[in-house]
Amino acid sequence: MNKFERSVRLMPELCKGCINCIKYCPTQAIRVRNGKAVITDQYCIDCGECIRICQNHAKVAVYDSLDSLEQYEYTVALPAPTLYSQFNNLDDVNIVLTALLYLGFDDVFEVSGAAELVSEESRKYLKENKDKWPLISSACPSVVRLIRVRFPNLIEHLIPIDPPVEVAAQMARQRAMEQTGLPSEKIGIFFLSPCPSKVSYARSPLGKEKSEIDHVLAIKDIYPVLLPFMNEASKSTLDLSISGRIGIGWGAAGGEAGGLLAESYLAADGIQNVLQVLEDMENRKFERLQFIELNACHGGCVGGTLTVENAYVAKTKLARLRKYQAVSLSHLEDQPGSATYWKKPVEYEPVFQLGKNLKESFHMLNQVEEYCNKFPGLDCGSCGAPSCKALAEDIVRGEAKETDCIYLLKESIHEISTEITQMTTEALESDAGDSGCIHMLQSFICQIADQMERLDSHMEVFHKKEEEEE
Amino acid sequence: MEDALVFTYEVDGDDFTRAGEASSDVKNKLKKMGVNPQAVRKVAIAMYEGEINMVIHANGGKITVWLTPECLKMELRDRGPGIENVEKAMEEGWSTAPDDIRSLGFGAGMGLPNMKKYSDKMEIETVLGTGTTITMEVNL
Repeated sequence: MNKFERSVRLMPELCKGCINCIKYCPTQAIRVRNGKAVITDQYCIDCGECIRICQNHAKVAVYDSLDSLEQYEYTVALPAPTLYSQFNNLDDVNIVLTALLYLGFDDVFEVSGAAELVSEESRKYLKENKDKWPLISSACPSVVRLIRVRFPNLIEHLIPIDPPVEVAAQMARQRAMEQTGLPSEKIGIFFLSPCPSKVSYARSPLGKEKSEIDHVLAIKDIYPVLLPFMNEASKSTLDLSISGRIGIGWGAAGGEAGGLLAESYLAADGIQNVLQVLEDMENRKFERLQFIELNACHGGCVGGTLTVENAYVAKTKLARLRKYQAVSLSHLEDQPGSATYWKKPVEYEPVFQLGKNLKESFHMLNQVEEYCNKFPGLDCGSCGAPSCKALAEDIVRGEAKETDCIYLLKESIHEISTEITQMTTEALESDAGDSGCIHMLQSFICQIADQMERLDSHMEVFHKKEEEEE
Repeated sequence: MEDALVFTYEVDGDDFTRAGEASSDVKNKLKKMGVNPQAVRKVAIAMYEGEINMVIHANGGKITVWLTPECLKMELRDRGPGIENVEKAMEEGWSTAPDDIRSLGFGAGMGLPNMKKYSDKMEIETVLGTGTTITMEVNL
């Protein structure tokens, strides 16, 4: 298991080497090297920002395909509440759940049902842990990953309860084993996910060794194949739903906070806003709050990159769907101990530390400052790093060179040109056009050619394209 | 402090929204340096409180930070009115912040006490009508 598992991949043949993704990555995990974007595993938090911003569609999420259903004797679908928000005019989630059975799943288990149990357990945890207020939600894996690498002091504020999808997977497997008598490995648990972050969670969960989720499918893959079954399902709808408005509310920003019934809370969505809240929280700005809900995607899970509907339309649809529902249908009283706690703690991973130890890192920080003073501070991205500071850090880490900065290179070419001009003028005036002088001139011209070549290497892709056209 | 890295920050006394920028920057530098999280927290809180104080009470000023692998020293120098009664100001809950500041959630009278609590050494030099200079040290 790779603890820095990620589900965002680059399609090199589609990448043009532009600087959009490096600029938008909230953890500066991407560089353009040799004309292609490169993602560093340990910095990536799987938030999906690069997928959203890439105009060439060179960033993709990896997830499983529907074919993997065939590997199992018995399959259970775990629909995220976001799935319901993708359909127009849906007034009964049972239609979607029934259609999933028509599609080929043997059973369904609503993640929103498990979410209600997590809400209830969280309410207890909130009451019993006043010393850790404000508590931070741990349902969004990207947020937990971000805190793990950048905010060590906030780890203790995370609610150490497994996310609804994990609780749902555990309960669904248990139920399937009891009902069918099949061994665990013959049962396939499939999560229908709004985002790639949950794919990474299933492969390398935080808070436990192994997840009970076997496969993660994308909502955008399920939606078109599910549509043809919706009509039929609406005619003979089975009563399968196990959640009310609290559970379904988790699909959009503010939903988890609503289910917690906290008196004072904050709900932030969008990874840049999440970062700001965490920075402020480190400065103890939110001492009076009980709870902080954070979602990496705008609008909450409905804004995930594996969905089809516009996040804000989806949010409205979810609100409409919740309107006539009971408050909650799943209760801990009937299923004691179902909302489980983390089995192993989430630990700080100081991936951004410059050196191996404090002394070395201090020395490197010193060098970073020196480089930063040299660079123009335009953060142009031409070097392949998102900012001058990031380039300075890359150089100090041994991953880039000073001449990667095209401004420094340009300046150097100017200096040499000036010297050449001076020399030729002097030579002409003194009439000393001897061979020594010509040799000097030659060496200067060679230097220029050399630096021009380096400048060319920055525009490698562009040149290659020209050659192809010729 | 010999061989220390020196950083300086101008604190704008008119712009509330920018208060905290200097302490955020220092905090991120310490994380890059691999300083233990507890020490980062101490520096972040002590410096943030100081920075906020400079905005609330003193119309801004200048912060200088000296950083070595062993210690972080900061000097917060303002051109404010000075502190009339330092002993009183050090008491928890005692504040001279105006109402509009309090309505923003500041002015709880915890600024100086927190700075004292989260730093390993603190000195206050204040001259009425001229300004206040606070020096703090946090062992890393």
